[in-house]
Amino acid sequence: MNWIWFLLMGFSLVFGAINGRMGEVTDAAIAGAELAVELAIGLIGVMALWLGIMKIAEATGLVRGLARLLKPILTRLFPDVPGDDPAMGAITMNLAANMFGLGNAATPLGLKAMQELQRVNPHKECASDAMCTFLAINTSSVQLFPVMAVALMAEAQSAEPTWILVPAFLATLVSTIVAITAARTLRRLPFFAISNTTESGEAEVQA
Amino acid sequence: MSYLIPMLQSISVWAIPVLLVMIPLAGLVRRVPVYEVFVEGAKEGFQVGVRIIPFLVAIMVAIGMFRASGAMEFLGRHLQYALQVIGMPVDVLPLALMRPLSGSGSLGILRDIVQNAGPDSLIGRTAAVMYGSTETTFYVLAVYFGSVGIRRSRHAVAAGLLADLAGILSAVWIVRLFMKG
Repeated sequence: MNWIWFLLMGFSLVFGAINGRMGEVTDAAIAGAELAVELAIGLIGVMALWLGIMKIAEATGLVRGLARLLKPILTRLFPDVPGDDPAMGAITMNLAANMFGLGNAATPLGLKAMQELQRVNPHKECASDAMCTFLAINTSSVQLFPVMAVALMAEAQSAEPTWILVPAFLATLVSTIVAITAARTLRRLPFFAISNTTESGEAEVQA
Repeated sequence: MSYLIPMLQSISVWAIPVLLVMIPLAGLVRRVPVYEVFVEGAKEGFQVGVRIIPFLVAIMVAIGMFRASGAMEFLGRHLQYALQVIGMPVDVLPLALMRPLSGSGSLGILRDIVQNAGPDSLIGRTAAVMYGSTETTFYVLAVYFGSVGIRRSRHAVAAGLLADLAGILSAVWIVRLFMKG
């Protein structure tokens, strides 16, 4: 992540210079910082709403129930999380919201799942295997029906806006399978080993 | 398939109000003090929002600069040969490059492509399927990890980007396959 972040900005400097767009790059940097805060603040309301609802679901035992229901699948995907942990319930809620394209609900529920995963994570600054798998699945898109894309097709006077549903479902399936496989394979590489930075700043690598 | 759209629309319209009522109802049945518990949970919303700010600033500044520098147009010009090999239409490339970086940016690009190439053309359909089968990886990573203070993201970035690549390539090939048949 350190390199990706740096390279994005490094390339911007180089290409900004080549294309003579340094003014735009400057403006974009400032605008990006402002937009980030706007987005984060904008999230607070929806976040509070769903975290509140999730708390009720938790107190009622719904989250744990959901986790127990899907235990056979989830323990395979996230072997480092106990089977009936509330984290599994939150993960399920997030994935369900994503599948049905409820973007507003999906992010707060995903953050709730991250909190639960962090609770069982022994290295607080370093992502656990379960977190990486969860993130990979989330970034691969699990939306069953891309409502937004269909709406755009309809807006452009498509004769058959729903044509894309089956191919999109198949492509989503492929990308999710790749996400899970990649997360399972890559976590064994020494380069991605779990490490915690100690107080002296030295990286302490665990076997 | 014409019945699908209204059905989907009603799912997305109904799902949230139904959840917002059914969960507290289940709570009341189990004698949970729903109002108090809700407020207790909602309190965390503010902290989470504030906690993700530094992570979002870092990523959105870098992405904003990258978009403004014209680096993507440069990549587009130089990747044409590689695109021919995998069979991807050149017009779709900006979308493939933008998709992991920005949700609103890639939606704008999708709209352009669909309007210009036509929604029922190979290019328009490839773009729409690609948009539907990928996610804004960097935004999700920054927000999700940021919210719990994870700094070392390990293999999550690589796995996420591989998934995007898989989504992009399968969009290209699956649409090609379907339109031939």
